[in-house]
Parts: sequence; structure tokens; C-alpha cells
Amino acid sequence: MKRFLDSNGRHRRLEGWPLVFTLLTTGAILLGGLVEFLPMVLIQDNVTQIATVRPWTPLELAGRDLYIREGCNNCHSQMVRPFRNEIERYGEYSKPGETVYEHPFLWGSKRTGPDLARVGGKYPNLWHVRHMEDPRSTSPRSIMPPYDWMLRKPLKTRDLPTKLARLRTLGVPYTDDEIARAEELARAQAAEIAADVAATGGPEGLADKEIVALVAYLQSLGTGLTAPAGEAARGEAPEAPLATQ
Amino acid sequence: MATTPSSPSTAPGVARSGRPASLDVFTYDEGIVRLFVLATILWGFVGMLVGVVIALQLPFWPANLGEYLTFGRLRPLHTNAVIFAFAGNAIFAAIYYSTQRLCKARMAFDWMSKFHFWGWQAIIVGAAITLPLGITTSKEYAELEWPIDLAIAVVWVVFAVNFFWTLAKRREHHMYVALWFYIATIITVSVLHVGNSLALPVSLWKSYPVYAGVQDALVQWWYGHNAVAFFLTTPFLGLMYYFLPKAAERPVFSYRLSIVHFWSLVFLYIWAGPHHLNYTAVPEWAVTLGMLFSVMLWMPSWGGMINGLFTLRGAWHKLRDSVVLKMFVVGITFYGMATFEGPMLSVKTVNALSHYTDWNIAHVHSGALGWNGFMTFGMIYWLVPRLWKTPLWSPRLANAHFWTGTLGILLYVLAMYASGVTQGLMWRAFDEAGRLLYPDFMETVVQVIPMYWVRLIGGSLYLGGVVMMMVNVWQTLRRAPKHLPDPAFALPRAEAAA
Repeated sequence: MKRFLDSNGRHRRLEGWPLVFTLLTTGAILLGGLVEFLPMVLIQDNVTQIATVRPWTPLELAGRDLYIREGCNNCHSQMVRPFRNEIERYGEYSKPGETVYEHPFLWGSKRTGPDLARVGGKYPNLWHVRHMEDPRSTSPRSIMPPYDWMLRKPLKTRDLPTKLARLRTLGVPYTDDEIARAEELARAQAAEIAADVAATGGPEGLADKEIVALVAYLQSLGTGLTAPAGEAARGEAPEAPLATQ
Repeated sequence: MATTPSSPSTAPGVARSGRPASLDVFTYDEGIVRLFVLATILWGFVGMLVGVVIALQLPFWPANLGEYLTFGRLRPLHTNAVIFAFAGNAIFAAIYYSTQRLCKARMAFDWMSKFHFWGWQAIIVGAAITLPLGITTSKEYAELEWPIDLAIAVVWVVFAVNFFWTLAKRREHHMYVALWFYIATIITVSVLHVGNSLALPVSLWKSYPVYAGVQDALVQWWYGHNAVAFFLTTPFLGLMYYFLPKAAERPVFSYRLSIVHFWSLVFLYIWAGPHHLNYTAVPEWAVTLGMLFSVMLWMPSWGGMINGLFTLRGAWHKLRDSVVLKMFVVGITFYGMATFEGPMLSVKTVNALSHYTDWNIAHVHSGALGWNGFMTFGMIYWLVPRLWKTPLWSPRLANAHFWTGTLGILLYVLAMYASGVTQGLMWRAFDEAGRLLYPDFMETVVQVIPMYWVRLIGGSLYLGGVVMMMVNVWQTLRRAPKHLPDPAFALPRAEAAA
């Protein structure tokens, strides 16, 4: 060790060889990442598949991209940790298999607001519309900003077929039919949600607005453990997951 | 054993050159350093101003001014501006200034230096436009969409070529420790940026990452944690190793310690990423590895702190008159505190309380404001009089900056510690009957609002300090000579050939 560290030792010689020095540094920084990441890719058992977990419907995907656009993940996590207090507060803790179609993952790192991993089915559609329009109308003292423009801005569905096709390239099992009919499927689900909102006393004419996509996405969150595959894929409001307070 | 950055070369062959006529004359490119220093100051102000705005938005929601200026869109702008624009330009200033001197060589290609500077500024402007528009990948500190990611890769490669080419044609045989840290920075940031940004474009401004769920989470925090390591730590340690001995006029405390802590730091840091995912849906073995390596990381981190602070042995009296040294000492002390706190937060039992709370916000700000900010300010106050060949306009104002900034950080982190621990304890509190004591999340939000106001005051003070620095630098520049020639040096030819 002494021979290595002395002021005229071996390390001193290394300091005269930038190329060797750079290669050694590269090796040192690659090792940890490879050891931690490769098993995740090579060993399938690391993430247990869950039969009821399905890809998002086209409308939910559009809503998810709006969730990303607005940066909701900066204040809301989507990851219930396996602690009694979190299970009491939010519902069943999150499983690795629930997020296999998440490009990107949206687990978040901060809870300025509550976790949303199990928010699907917790509130009626109308609650979400009112909450996004004016958070304090449903949650007095809330510090969340209003997102009222989502009730006015038209929902863009034109790029949905491309989005589904790209996700299929990455391994999300969308069918040819779903890709071809993505816009149609999105509009049908949007019409259902808009009709429900209007029927429960909410504003009319939201079927072609961004808000319905966001509501569809929020209502799908955390339902993968219980939603019967196929049924939810048709866009019906899934049942609430595990009972919350 | 210990060497100062500019210790005279003892390369073999000096003695053989007896011909005074054969001189190797060369200059250093100082114009590029001046540009990076000015960009650091400008973007520091912008990034911290956005920080103050979002600090106001939390306790006072009407400060969310419409679609493009909500917290959700401005927060990534704040983090990107402070990390990549403020700290980024600062480390480039440090690297371009010190590498030329440590290599006794001008940067290899002036056009590459300029391309790097203007390319980086264009990327920052691109971020400042796209993030408020809601164009984001959502991945923390990697929010920029794929066209900007490609631009970053190009600029970084140009920077790397320029840097390594300069190393290749250096006149000083041994690479000083600062250069080791720069090498680690350039290599690792390339690997991290490419690894984490792999995505399939859907349109010009939308893409989906190739990784999903658990894998995406692990890759993201491998990146996220090591962006802290190799963008905010290693280059700043390089900065410390060059500018601190210069300012203190003392050699670095221990050459051996610098070897040991360099190699252990670059090796261990990479493993620590999964501690950001404790108790989440990633496999237990991965987060346990992350925690173990995070705890080990404490030692090499403190190796850097000790080597920095002990460099001042016998020179502590100089702090009285040197705002540069004062800044460095507070910066290195915050580095020591943050790198103790980091391993502590990565321990699962602590993390169970701290994760998702404002405690993390306190932690990152003691790093960014305390360590990165104060090291940068120290460097700027040391560089400006030298780069513009003019004494600093007002040392008293610089002193005021130091005290205002220090008070600002303290208010900021104390408020966020109080808020974070409060949130963590309230979320997990049960009553005697075993029910949640605060089942309504809103109670835990309202409880910490007073702390958000204190944080706003602390952050505003820190920004006020930056404004003082802007005034001071501006007044100094106004008095600077119009013509600032690049400094020229000469070495006997034989030495250059060695």
C-alpha cells in the first residue's frame, strides 16, 4: 500500500497516464450500476406478473400524459409503502407487478399532497372535475392550484394511435385493433364519463375536453389488483380497491 | 508529498536544456472563463428567483399564475436551472480556468470551448421555454425531452474531446487531483445521461422511456443520485482542490487521502441510487445494497471534507480578511453535514420517516445552497478580480453577501427539518384505539404552512445575497480595463518535450 500511495509511488505514475486513468475510472463507475441493474433485466422473477394488471385504455393514456404535462408527480406520489399507517390511509401497498406498463414510472418522491396510487374509484367522477376546477370546493384549505383550463381545452386524440404503437414496440401488449381504433375507443370512454358527470349534476359538454381523460386516468389508478381484465378495458368505472378509511 | 496546484514541474529533461533561445510560449484562454462566470451569476439569479416563486406558491396558492406558471411546471424549471445552469456553468468556469493551468496548456480548440458555452446556454434557454409549456419526461432532473437530450449529448461530447485533447497536449507530466475529479465527472455524466434518457419518440416533443416500472425507477435513481454525485459533487471537489489551496496559499493537506477518497468515492457512489426507493415496489436486495453502499459512502465523502478543511491548518486567521475562504469553509462544512445526513437518510428506519417529506427538501438545499452555492460564490469572488484585472468593488458587500446567505440557508433548512419531521410523525400517528390520529391528509398540510413561510424568508435572503454579488461584480466590471489580453507564459523547450 505504501508503495502505491507514496509521493513517488505507483499512483504517481498513474497520474501521468490520462488514458489508463480514464479507463480505470470508467470501470469503477460502471461496476455498481451493472451489478444492480442487470439482474432486473435478466431475471424475470424479480417482478412477479399480476394477471389482472392491464395496459391503459387510450383515454387513460391521454390522461396520464396530461398528468405528466402538469407535473402532478412533483407533489403526489403513486407508491403506497408496506406500513400499517399507509395501508390504513391509502389502501393495499403497491406491488412491483402493478407498474410493468409504466413508461415512465410515476412513483414520485414527495407528498405535498396525498398519495394517489389507490385513488381510482375512491371518489365519483364529478368530484374529480370539481376538484380540478377549484380544489377548495371539494377540499377546503387545500393548497393545490386550480387546473380550470382542463375543463376548457379540447382533448387531442390524434396522436393516440402513434402513442399506442410506440408503447407496443416497448412491450406493452396493445392489439392491432386497439391501435387502429384508439381515437374511437377514447371518444367512447370520454362520452361515458362526460355523461356520468352531467347526470350527477356537473357541467355539460365535457366529452371533448382534457378533463375527462385526466379523470379516466385517475379512476384507473390502483385498480390493477382487482379489476377484472377485459371488463375495465372497455372503460367501465372499476370498483374501489381495498377499503380505505 | 503534498503539492499545490501550480507546483513547479520537475519533469526529467529540464537540466539538459541549456538553450535560452528555445522557449515554448503559450497563452491561456481566459475569455471563455469570463463568459462562464457571467453565465453562472445570471442563471444563479434566475434559478433561485424561480425557487422563491415556487416557495411562495406552496403557502399561497394564488401565486400559481395560470396554466404555464403552476408549481408543477415551475419546480422542474427551478431544479434544472440551479443544477445545470447555475452549478453547471460554475463547474465549467472552474474546469476551463484550472485545467489550462494544471496542464500548462491552452484549451485544445477555442472553437470547441465557444461551442460548449453557447450550446449549453441554448440548452438552458430551451429548458426555460419547454418546461413551462408542459413539455417534460417527468423524470426528476432529466425532465428535458429528447431533442434537448440529444443537444446535451452533442455539447457534452464536444466538451469531452476538448478536455481530453488538452490533457493529451499538457506540459505538466502529472495530473493534479482536481483533474482526476474532472475526468470522473465527464465520463460518468456521459454514461448517466445516455443510460437514463433512452426513449422512443412519439412526436417532436413527446417520447416514452424504453424502461418501464421497476426498471425505470432503478435507472432513474441510478441517474438521479449520481447526477448529485458527478455533477454536484466530483466537479466541486475538483474546484475545491484547485481554488482552496490557491486562496489559502497552503498545499493540500494529504496527497494519500486524496488518492484513497477519490477512488473510493467514484466506486461507491454509483451503488447508492436505490436508497431513493426504500420500501417501494423494487426488490429488497436492490434497496439493501443501495443502503449499505450509502452508509459506506460517508467515509470517502468526509475524506474530501477533511482534506479541504485541514488544508487551512495554520491559516485559519486568514478567514478574518478573506471572504473567499469564509465562503469555502461554510461550503465544505455544509458538504460534510449533507454527506453525513445522506447516509443517515438512506438507512431504512430513518427513511421510513423522512421519505416523501420536506426533510429531503432540507437535505438537498443544504447541499445545493450550502455546498454548491458557497463554493461557487467563493470561486467567483476569487476569480473576478483576477479575470478582469481589477480589485473587487466592495469587499464589505461581499461580506454582507456571506452573512445574508448563511442566515438564509440556516432559516431554510431549519424550517424544512421542522416541516419534514412534523409531516413524517403526523402521517404515522395512531390513537389509542389504533386508528390514524390524522386521517384527513389536509391536517398534515395545514400544520406545516407556517414553516413554508419561514422557508420563503430564508430563500429570499439567500437570493438577496446573490443580488449583492451581482451588484458587486457589475461595479467591478465597470472599472475593468477594456482590453484584457490572454496571459502568456514561457517554458524552456526541452521541458515541453519531456
